[in-house]
Amino acid sequence: MIAEAGLAALWLAAALAALQLALALGAGGAGGRAMGTIRAVAIAQGVLTLTAFAALIAVFLRTDLSVLLVAENSHAAKPWLYKFAGAWGNHEGSMLLWVTVLAIAGAVVAVFERHLDERTLSASLAAQAALALGFFAFLLFASNPFERLNPAPLAGRGLNPLLQDPGLAFHPPTLYLGYVGLSVAFSLAVGALVTREVGPALARAMRPWVLGAWILLTLGITAGSYWAYYELGWGGWWFWDPVENASLMPWLAATALLHSLNVLAARGGLRAWTMMLALVAFSMSMVGTFLVRSGILTSVHAFAVDPTRGSFILALLTLYIGAALALFALRIATVKEGAPFDPLSREGALVANNLFLSVILGIVLIGTLYPLIAEAATGEKLSVGPPYFNATAGPLALILAALMMIGPQLRWRRDRSAVLPRLAPGVVIGIAALVATIPIAPSIGLLPRLGLALGIGLIPASLAPLAGRALRRTPLAIWGMCLAHLGVAVALVGMASDSAFTREKLTTAVPGEQVEVGPWIVELRSIRPVAGPNWTALEAEMRASKGSGVNVLKPQSRFFTEPVTTTNEAAIETDWNGQLYAVLGAQDVATGRWQVRLWWKPFVTLIWLGGALIALGGLLALIGRWWRAFRARRRFVEAEW
Amino acid sequence: MSRARFLPLIIFGLLVAAGVWRLATPKDDRVASQLEGQKLPVFALPPALPGKPGLTSADLATGTPRLVNIFASWCVPCAAEAPVLMQLKRQGVPIDAIAIRDKPEDVAAFLAQYGDPFTRIGGDQRSQVQIALGSSGVPESFVVDGKGVIRAQHIGPIMEQDVPGILQAMEEAR
Repeated sequence: MIAEAGLAALWLAAALAALQLALALGAGGAGGRAMGTIRAVAIAQGVLTLTAFAALIAVFLRTDLSVLLVAENSHAAKPWLYKFAGAWGNHEGSMLLWVTVLAIAGAVVAVFERHLDERTLSASLAAQAALALGFFAFLLFASNPFERLNPAPLAGRGLNPLLQDPGLAFHPPTLYLGYVGLSVAFSLAVGALVTREVGPALARAMRPWVLGAWILLTLGITAGSYWAYYELGWGGWWFWDPVENASLMPWLAATALLHSLNVLAARGGLRAWTMMLALVAFSMSMVGTFLVRSGILTSVHAFAVDPTRGSFILALLTLYIGAALALFALRIATVKEGAPFDPLSREGALVANNLFLSVILGIVLIGTLYPLIAEAATGEKLSVGPPYFNATAGPLALILAALMMIGPQLRWRRDRSAVLPRLAPGVVIGIAALVATIPIAPSIGLLPRLGLALGIGLIPASLAPLAGRALRRTPLAIWGMCLAHLGVAVALVGMASDSAFTREKLTTAVPGEQVEVGPWIVELRSIRPVAGPNWTALEAEMRASKGSGVNVLKPQSRFFTEPVTTTNEAAIETDWNGQLYAVLGAQDVATGRWQVRLWWKPFVTLIWLGGALIALGGLLALIGRWWRAFRARRRFVEAEW
Repeated sequence: MSRARFLPLIIFGLLVAAGVWRLATPKDDRVASQLEGQKLPVFALPPALPGKPGLTSADLATGTPRLVNIFASWCVPCAAEAPVLMQLKRQGVPIDAIAIRDKPEDVAAFLAQYGDPFTRIGGDQRSQVQIALGSSGVPESFVVDGKGVIRAQHIGPIMEQDVPGILQAMEEAR
C-alpha cells in the first residue's frame, strides 16, 4: 500500500508541475491573481514529492521485498542506517531524491522570492516547472522506484558493500541538494533572459541559492574525497574519475558564478558572463549526474546501462540545455552591459577568477568526455587519467591561487594606489617558504613545491582584507570570504604536502615482523578473524611507533556475502602532522606472508580541513547576507509603522 | 558577442551528437590486448615436474596453433578452470603450460587432483617468462599460431562460456 501511495503522490505532483507550467506561462497577462495560485500549486507539488520520497524510505526501512527496488538493493540483515540510506543508493531512488529536492526548491522560490518583478518570477517558475515535469516523466516512465515484484523473493540482494558506510547516508543528499540548488539559478537566469531583466535584483535573488548550493557541493565533494580515501584503500584522495569530475564541474561553475554574481549585484556588470555561468552550472549538474548514471561514460560508480533511460535522459538534457543556450544566444545581445571598469580593479580580478575557473572547467569537461569523443570519431579506446588533469589543471589552479593573494584587496571600478605593499606579506612569506623547501626537500617536483609556497603565502594574504578594518564591525560576508580563501590556502598546502612528502611501502610480512615507513616503525602483531552484522573479516593488529608511544592500527579485509564482495577497510592513525594509513591485503598462499601496504602522508588532513573551512566561509557569508537583509526589512517595516 | 554567443549552443550540439552515437552503438568494453600479433619472446623453461618436458619458445612454432596456459597450483581460479581445459583438450586443442612459482610436488598433486591436459609444462620459478609475455596474473591463456605469434590473450580463467571464443581463435590462428 505504501508503495502505491508513493506512486500516486508522484503522479499527482507531476500533474501539478504541468499545471504550474501552464499557469506560469499564462501569468504575464493575468495580473497578481495567478501568482497566488502558482504559489499554492508549487507548495502542493513539493509536499506531494516529499510524500513519495517518504514512502520510498518507508518501504526500505520495512524491507518490503515485494518492491523490486528494495529486493535488488536491500537486505533484511542490513543495519537500519543502511536500509535508510539504501533508499537513495541506487538509480531510481537517487532520481526520486533529485526530483524531491527540485520540487521543494521550486516551492521555496515561489513562496519566498521577493527581489524580482512578477513577470521575471513567473517566467522563472515556468522554467522550474518545466524542469520538474521532465524529471517526473523520467521517473514515472523509465525509472519507477515503486515497481512491484511478484512473487516477492525471500531475501534481498543487498547494498554494494562499498556503500555501507555512515558517510554514504549523507554524501549523496548533500551533493544533490547542491546540484539541484543550482537549478534555481538556472530557472532564474532563464526567466531573466525571457524578460530581459538581467540586473542587480536578479543577482540578489540568485545569490543565496548559489551560495547555499555551493556550500553543499563543497561539503559533498570534500566528504566524498575523504570517503574514497579511507574506503577504497588506495591511499589517494582524488582520482579524476568521471563521477568525481561530475561533481567538480558544477562546483567550478558555481564558484565562478558566485564571484561574478558579486559584480552583478554590486556594480551591475558581467551580465552575459553571469547568465552563461548560471546556465552552465546547472547544465553541468545535469550532464554530470545523468551521463554517468546512464552509463554513457564509463565509471567505477556507474549503474547498469539501460539504453531506454540513456535516450530519455539525453532527450531531456538536449531539450533543457539546448533551449537555455539558444535563449541565451538570442537574448544576450539585447541585455544592457553594466558600468565600465579598469583591468586593475575588483571587477578585473573577478573576471580573471571567472576566466581561470572556466578554463579549468573546460579542461575537466574535455578530459571527462574525451574518451567518448575519441571513440566516436576514430574508434580508438582510451582513458584520460591523472597525468592529463594534473598537468593542465594544476598550473592554472596555482595561477588562480596567486591571483587570490591580491584580488580581494582591490577596489571596485579602478584601483590607483600601489599594489605591492598590499601584496608584500603574502609574497614575502611565500618566497621564504619556497626557499625553505629547497634544502628541506631537494627532490620534490615543481608543482608540489610551488603549491607549498603559494599555499603558505596565501595564508596571510587571504586574511589581508581584514587588515585595517574595525573587526567587530566588519560584515560577516567579508569574514566568510577571508575564511573561504584561507580554506583554499590550507587545502593547497595539504595537497602539495601529500604529493611531495608521501612515503609508501608495499611489502609482505608475517606476524612479528617490522616495517618502516617515513618516521614510523610498524609491527605486524597478529591477524585474526572478526565478524560484523553482515560481514566477516580478517583483522590485522599493527603497532605503530615513532620514538615514543605506541598506536594500534586494525586494518581489515572484509568479506560480504550479500552480494559477494571484498573490501579493504584501511586503518588510519591521525597525528598532528599527518596520517599513517594501513591496508591489509591478501595472504600469499605459497609463502604464508601477508600483503601490507603502508603510507605516511604528512599534513594530508589539511586537504579536508581546508574544504571544511571553505564551506564554513560560505556559511558565514550566507548568514551575514541573510541577517543584513532581515535587519533591513525590519527597519523598513518599523519605518512603515 | 556577435557570433560567439552561439558557440556554447554549437559545442553542446556536438556533445549531444557524441551522446547519441554512444547510445546508438552498443558499448564494447573489451580492450584488445596489445600483445596480439606480437611474436613470443625467446625463452627456455625447465620442466616444472619430473616426467614431463619443459617448454621453450621453439616448441610453440611448430606449424600448428597451440594454447599456452599460465597457471599455478596455489591459484584457486586455476583449479576452477581445470575442467574446462580438459574439455578443450578432448576437443583436440593442444595445450602447453607455464607453472608460476611452483614446487614440482605441488604441481604433481594439482594435476593428479584436477587432471592433466598439458603436453609440456615449463616451470617459471621467478615469473620471468610470465613478465616477458606481458601476463599480469594467473590464470591467463595465450593462443599462439604455428609461427610463434600471439593471436589472442585470455585474462582470467577460461570458463564454459569462453570455450567457443577460444575455439574460434584457435581456428583463426590456423
